[in-house]
Amino acid sequence: MRKPAEPAVAKEAAVAAVEEPRRRDFIHIATVSFAGVGTAAAAVPMLTQMSASADVRALASIEVDVSAIEPGQAIKTMWRKQPVFVSRLTPEKIAEAKKDDNAPMRDPQTLEERTLPNREEWLVMLAVCTHLGCVPTGAAQGEPKGDFDGYFCPCHGSHYDVAGRIRKGPAPTNLVVPEELSFVSDTVIKIG
Amino acid sequence: MSFPWAQEYKPKHPLMQWFDERLPLPRLVYNSVGAGYPTPRNLNYFWNFGSLAGLALVIQIVTGVVLAMHYYSTVDGAFNSVEHIMRNVNSGWLIRYAHMNGASFFFIVVYIHMFRGLYFGSYKAPREMIWLLGVVIFLLMMATGFLGYVLPWGQMSFWAAQVITGFFSAIPLVGEPLRQWLLGGFAPDQATLSRFFSLHYLLPFVIAGVIILHIWALHIPGSSNPTGVPVKKEEDTVPFHPYYTAKDGFGVGVFLIAFVIMTFFAPNFMGHPDNYIPANPLSTPAHIVPEWYYWPFYAILRAFTVDFGIPFTGIVIIPAKLMGVLAMFGSILLFFFLPWLDTSPVRSGHYRPLFKKFFWFGLIPSVIILSICGVMEATTTWLILAQISGAYYFAHFLIILPLISRIEKPLPLPGSITEAVTGKPLKEAAA
Ligand code: HEM
Ligand code: FES
Repeated sequence: MRKPAEPAVAKEAAVAAVEEPRRRDFIHIATVSFAGVGTAAAAVPMLTQMSASADVRALASIEVDVSAIEPGQAIKTMWRKQPVFVSRLTPEKIAEAKKDDNAPMRDPQTLEERTLPNREEWLVMLAVCTHLGCVPTGAAQGEPKGDFDGYFCPCHGSHYDVAGRIRKGPAPTNLVVPEELSFVSDTVIKIG
Repeated sequence: MSFPWAQEYKPKHPLMQWFDERLPLPRLVYNSVGAGYPTPRNLNYFWNFGSLAGLALVIQIVTGVVLAMHYYSTVDGAFNSVEHIMRNVNSGWLIRYAHMNGASFFFIVVYIHMFRGLYFGSYKAPREMIWLLGVVIFLLMMATGFLGYVLPWGQMSFWAAQVITGFFSAIPLVGEPLRQWLLGGFAPDQATLSRFFSLHYLLPFVIAGVIILHIWALHIPGSSNPTGVPVKKEEDTVPFHPYYTAKDGFGVGVFLIAFVIMTFFAPNFMGHPDNYIPANPLSTPAHIVPEWYYWPFYAILRAFTVDFGIPFTGIVIIPAKLMGVLAMFGSILLFFFLPWLDTSPVRSGHYRPLFKKFFWFGLIPSVIILSICGVMEATTTWLILAQISGAYYFAHFLIILPLISRIEKPLPLPGSITEAVTGKPLKEAAA
């Protein structure tokens, strides 16, 4: 800090303040900016190392033989470390799901939109509750199916219907139907 | 810092003098927990819980470092290594049970410590910074406890990791990528377990650092006291040592008795049996509950079941999921604003008739009911109870406290701490 004692010095300082930025100001700003950019650049790898690593990202795809699944049955399998329901709907269940196609819902979708064309008996969904990620019950025989005869998530009480659409409880969206779903043959499906 | 009548450090031994001149550590100790720290003479047993919390942290660090010598942080090895600690490692069962129950006792002690702050108004000026740092410690403890609970990789561990990282997916747009970044994948797996172990090891030392700041901030105005009346003269205080070292020491004895009784006779009482089942990513346990110390917050999370939006239009402004998560974090972050919500100049609840009523018949029951709701299954009755008591909880801090601070007529305060203790007014000392 300059001493404001001598008026001559103070005046000189006042003149300096309105003049162009000094060389030294430039050096200060440049040094601090350089250090800042360098620190930010060093932070990038520290943050990205946390994201899914290459082996996890490597697009794992699975093929599932569904020939043994009878109408009314479902199996659980794993895709990208996440559980998946593969269920074969009976004609009654299909009718039940279609009846509700236009019912009021949080995330409106028809059964047709949730299945592949001409394969509407095959409902393939991630078995991951869209609330906070528990596995809903209802796929296996005798498990609680919730108020809408579909799936029930025990964690915080989300009820899904036959088509896996959210009907009641905290979950925001329907159980996810993987976009990467296709049929390799009549009895083999492929995800991913 | 400290009061003018604080005794000065005078090393008795030449060696101590030699040391103190080169590194004034003996002086620091003397002035913070020795005879050089004058402390209000009327502190009651609620003032024991700060030092007990410090002890609990030491127990966690010592037992934790030992556990880490035998624990493997791999998805195939973690569960078995914990069983190996329980069955094969010499005294391993004791060390693990001490760490498990130590976490619970840490929270018991800290909750009583926070209760003290809330009732006796310790968060008020000039102690706001102490309170704010305390809330930071509480948040870090909650994170540490969660990370540790994931390490044994049992069913509860796995699903706790899934559900709690799921909180972040509620954030619009960045939520899901953020969750995958935290997990290092699409679901909890090896990457998750390794980083959780690393952070579980790290955070207790961060907590220790914040505790140093907490105590530093405390030693500027010194402790408050049950009357909330500030220290005026030397007669209002006693030196910390031997008075409060002895009293804290007695508290440590009582604490350790309770701690070993639980550790030896009911080590799993506060745990959940499902965590003795290895993690199974294909099936969620029928009834997942967090550890008891998270129950009230968990109840608030679940209390939101309908979207918040414009009625009959189907326009959703905040989905139920996001509301729940915001409310849960909000219920803790609220503590950061407490010193400015409660504007009454009177600190102690003893002298605040209205505050006292709402505290005992409003806040305390609402937290107890929330805790019960947090452990019960999510049926309609429990959800409604959680909604009512959750609403009260927020109203208490955001509406009731600011309001009663304005309208309440406090009881007359004692003239000084000495007067409150002896019934005789403080002598007017010369100079
Ligand atoms: C703030 C202090 C701490 C808290 C609240 C805490 C809490 C916990 C909890 C709740 C568990 C799960 C217990 C179980 O179900 O078995 C755990 C496990 C573990 N903690 Fe800590 N911990 C703390 C400090 C530490 C420290 C400092 C270390 C190591 C340096 C550590 C190492 C471990 C290890 C290796 C496990 C896994 C073994 C086991 O499950 O028993 N902890 N911790
Ligand atoms: S995770 Fe399914 S309801 Fe919360």
